[in-house]
Amino acid sequence: MNVISDKLHVENNKWIGTRTIRPDGADKVTGRACYAADNVMPGMIWGKVLRSPHAHARIRSIDTSKAEALPGVKAVVTARDIVDFPLDKSVMLGIQDMRWMCRNVMAREKALFHGHPVAAVAAINEEVAAEACRLIEVDYEVLPHVIEIEDAIRPDAPILHDFLTFEDKPSNIAGRMEAKLGDVEAGFAQADVIVERTFRTRPVHQGYIEPQACTVSYAADGRATIWSSSQGQFMVRAMTSLLTGVPQSNIKAIPAEIGGGFGAKTIIYLEPVALLLSKKSGRPVKMVMTRDEVMRATGPTSGSLSTVRIGARRDGTIVAAQGTFYLQAGCLPGSPLRGPVGCSFAPYEIPNVLSVGYDVVSNRSKVAAYRAPGAPLGAYATESVLDELAGKLGIDPLELRLKNSAKPGSKAAYGATFGKVTFEETIEAIRTHEHYRAPLDKTPRPGVKRGRGVASGFWYNAGGESSAQVNITEDGNVLVTTGHPDVGGSRASIANVTAELLGIEHGRVSVQIGDTSSIGFSNLTGGSRVTFASAMVVTQSTEKVITQLRERAARIWKIDPEAVTWENGEARPAGPNAGQFPPLTLTELAAKANEMGGPIGAGVQLNTTGADPGFATHVVDVEVDVDLGIIRVLRYTAAQDVGRALHPSYVEGQIQGGVVQGIGWALSEEYLYDRQGRLDNASFLDYRMPVCSDVPMIEPVMLEIPNPKHPQGVRGVGEAPIVPPLAAIANAVHDALGIRFTSLPMSPPKVVEALEGA
Amino acid sequence: MAEIRYLAPRTLDEAVGAFAAAQGAARILAGGTDLLVQMRNGLAKPGLIVDIKKIAEMTEIAELPDGGFRIGAAVSGAMLAEHPRFGQVWPGVLEAVNLIGSKQVQGRASPGGNLCNASPAGDSVPAMIAAGAVVTVQGPEGRRQMPVEAVPAGPGRTNLRPGEIVVGFTLPPRPAGSGDAYLRMIPRTEMDIAVVGLGVSLTLAGGTVTHARVGLGAVAPTVLLVEEAGNALLGSRLEEAALDAAAAACRAACRPINDKRGTIAYRTKVAGVLLKRAVAIAAQRAQGGN
Ligand SMILES: Cc1cc2nc3c(=O)[nH]c(=O)nc-3n(C[C@H](O)[C@H](O)[C@H](O)COP(=O)(O)OP(=O)(O)OC[C@H]3O[C@@H](n4cnc5c(N)ncnc54)[C@H](O)[C@@H]3O)c2cc1C
Repeated sequence: MNVISDKLHVENNKWIGTRTIRPDGADKVTGRACYAADNVMPGMIWGKVLRSPHAHARIRSIDTSKAEALPGVKAVVTARDIVDFPLDKSVMLGIQDMRWMCRNVMAREKALFHGHPVAAVAAINEEVAAEACRLIEVDYEVLPHVIEIEDAIRPDAPILHDFLTFEDKPSNIAGRMEAKLGDVEAGFAQADVIVERTFRTRPVHQGYIEPQACTVSYAADGRATIWSSSQGQFMVRAMTSLLTGVPQSNIKAIPAEIGGGFGAKTIIYLEPVALLLSKKSGRPVKMVMTRDEVMRATGPTSGSLSTVRIGARRDGTIVAAQGTFYLQAGCLPGSPLRGPVGCSFAPYEIPNVLSVGYDVVSNRSKVAAYRAPGAPLGAYATESVLDELAGKLGIDPLELRLKNSAKPGSKAAYGATFGKVTFEETIEAIRTHEHYRAPLDKTPRPGVKRGRGVASGFWYNAGGESSAQVNITEDGNVLVTTGHPDVGGSRASIANVTAELLGIEHGRVSVQIGDTSSIGFSNLTGGSRVTFASAMVVTQSTEKVITQLRERAARIWKIDPEAVTWENGEARPAGPNAGQFPPLTLTELAAKANEMGGPIGAGVQLNTTGADPGFATHVVDVEVDVDLGIIRVLRYTAAQDVGRALHPSYVEGQIQGGVVQGIGWALSEEYLYDRQGRLDNASFLDYRMPVCSDVPMIEPVMLEIPNPKHPQGVRGVGEAPIVPPLAAIANAVHDALGIRFTSLPMSPPKVVEALEGA
Repeated sequence: MAEIRYLAPRTLDEAVGAFAAAQGAARILAGGTDLLVQMRNGLAKPGLIVDIKKIAEMTEIAELPDGGFRIGAAVSGAMLAEHPRFGQVWPGVLEAVNLIGSKQVQGRASPGGNLCNASPAGDSVPAMIAAGAVVTVQGPEGRRQMPVEAVPAGPGRTNLRPGEIVVGFTLPPRPAGSGDAYLRMIPRTEMDIAVVGLGVSLTLAGGTVTHARVGLGAVAPTVLLVEEAGNALLGSRLEEAALDAAAAACRAACRPINDKRGTIAYRTKVAGVLLKRAVAIAAQRAQGGN
């Protein structure tokens, strides 16, 4: 469904808002697309990582001599080869601290989780490299380990890092973040009803299909080329530079097609190691993670322990809200505290808020960003408590949200004062949707119960640095280059925008992703920013190109450029000269480009702003098989303000994908550890992401309320949809069973146990 | 790097000869959907692979004059599904075999491989046990027969003797009024491994159970024949009490472990639930429904 608020604007569009064929589609469905692991080079050798067999151990020494002596081995790398960032001084790249990154790519003083890289080998083939890894002798002093949050924050917990202190004592609490508004205690004193609950979520993995992979060639002149898939070739360049000491100007990072990232590919694991192996061996080095390595050693998102307390007056006015969120960082600091601390209460106008997050380290792989980092686990707590509050107050849960929703001018505890806020529209869209109004038979068959739940969500969205170049080819077609890996169909949206602005057939526009040496700096594909930011720089570049085209036509006609308009892909004389000359098409102008002043093209580089936040409201129906404890999602409708859907298919795809990942988080995905601190389900068989047949068609309701700060009205859409599902599903299960699950996933054994206890 | 030899003999004698001569360094390859995965994981490192799919007897499905069926050990799930008669007579066995993996896996995976892989969670095995299937085995000392439930010895281990290959399954003739069913509990809807799997085969005469067998998977080191469950149903008209007793027998037979796929308490409970549900389907089929 598509609800459009400014019809006129839209009806004039030929390409924007249409479902054009995506530029990367044919290559992907025919298997031609070149992903990171597809790159092959003459003389290439293979790198493999030796990983810690212990969850926590001091590394006393590493002897690589036997491995180096094995025929076919060309290089061995340990932490000694990686640039050391001393513990006392933070060096940041974006949100990543290089002190932690250098220890994450290669264990330094200690191995901090089972699977932590300890050394790496490059050899003539994978088998020899694996054999060489077995020949490396590491002397470990095995230390007690700690996995769960509750255990890690106990006073007698094994401490991971002596240098981390909290309240002046060595601690696994690596940091604290707070968002505050008013006075919560005074607020709770005004409340007639207060609900407080504690919630637990497990770490979940982003679950991208493509494993991390790269090929790195370090040449004799000190220049390196990296082929890898990531959510930012410029991040790859910068982080590899920092960790290897090779200057950025000597590194060219070429982005491969990416087979999913969902935030996790905003950091790197292999590239610096492969670069150092290549430098030592003089050969291009290829590294490809196995699925086991991906699950074990690339970051999932944090598990959490949260307590949320909300107080309201009898009439439903919320007067105070408090949240305490403990997040698992994995073995090195850096949980996404900003997600739960800032987003949990942001959709609501609440005068008194205290939201506090703690960053807790334990012997797990370091977390990485995952779609709206941290926000879903916070919303799970808040939106579950709101559901319970609505029940206690006898108010419809959507009414309660509507009554307290943030409005233009509302101040959020995290600091923002909102401009345009479109939260109410999402609630109304669900409240008036046929799904919410349809009767639900709660006991359709013996042994089966059904329920309906709602929840809302918030995500900040982001602008930031983007670059684009638009060039007219000699034959009068268009090549657009941007600097963002395309994970969600951004090339398709950019093609629509460019064709629209130039007034030409869509098929005449090609869009490509530039490498770090061919396009200006562009920040990560993340934060729901790429379509927003790249449409902005592409629009400005294209407008410059149109100005050039008008100037060329003016010069040919010998009239003032101001008297030339650009319409339907051609320059036309206007004003007093209207009709004086036959129009000049893009093709004709391109053919005359060189005699009339040279090649036609323009680029723009910007730090984009104006990405206002995203809001979403969802409704879901679930069915519970009470004897087996299986919960199935029957129907799901997700409403979101998407600003402007440049290409509706990929906006829908974002909403549907986010919801499906939320369903997995709620029902079946979790990291399971054994007693030795080893991950016990490092495969897609036992790490249970939903498969197609597990989920119904998710119905997206795209509310097209243009963002006034964007040339096409775009608003980020990728992250908000994963925020509500956890609570929406838990609330639906409560409606079905009368049991409120405060711990995810709601797996069958847990459901049966709860039903037997009820 | 160790070398791997590959043989695809045309006769069973050649296959047994090569397999036995390799003295444990060889592995039989049917569909390879377990073996190749294990080789990639480094769990299996055979020096010789003996592919049995080129042996005619291994890939044949035959309806016998007495009404029974003979299925070659290497018949794929897809081939079995395409047989015009098999699914009508043994819908439960067919659905169990067809539950293995996905469409792609079905093109390869065989009931022989499923049995010889000896996973306690193999889907076709409880249904075959319930059906009363017997396997024919050929080895250096000739042919012998054994009931399906006698093949697995423990996770990943069988009671086959060195050099022995499973040739095929024989399913008995089906009296009128018979029906079978297989159900498994998986948290997802497909591409998952059974937390509990249960097969039932029934014959009813005038509403009374005259024959009942129950196979139960994923709750013990091997797939089990639960004779007590069959006995509890025998002579009954599938009254609540008989169903309760059969479900209790299934629960009592469970010797599960707590693992990432399910808890002891959960698996035990589910065994009873599946018994009742599978019996209901089998009984309906026995009485002419689908
Ligand atoms: C993606 C995927 C999904 C799967 N899903 C399921 C599922 O849902 N349920 C399930 O039960 N299994 C599942 N499996 C496992 C596997 O597909 C089945 O066990 C299948 O039946 C194995 O048959 P195969 O012919 O491929 O066996 P192979 O891999 O060829 O052989 C398996 C083992 O048996 C031995 N063997 C094979 N045939 C004989 C013989 N005739 N005599 C002696 N030894 C023999 C082999 O040496 C090997 O050790 C899945 C596997 C994959 C890859």
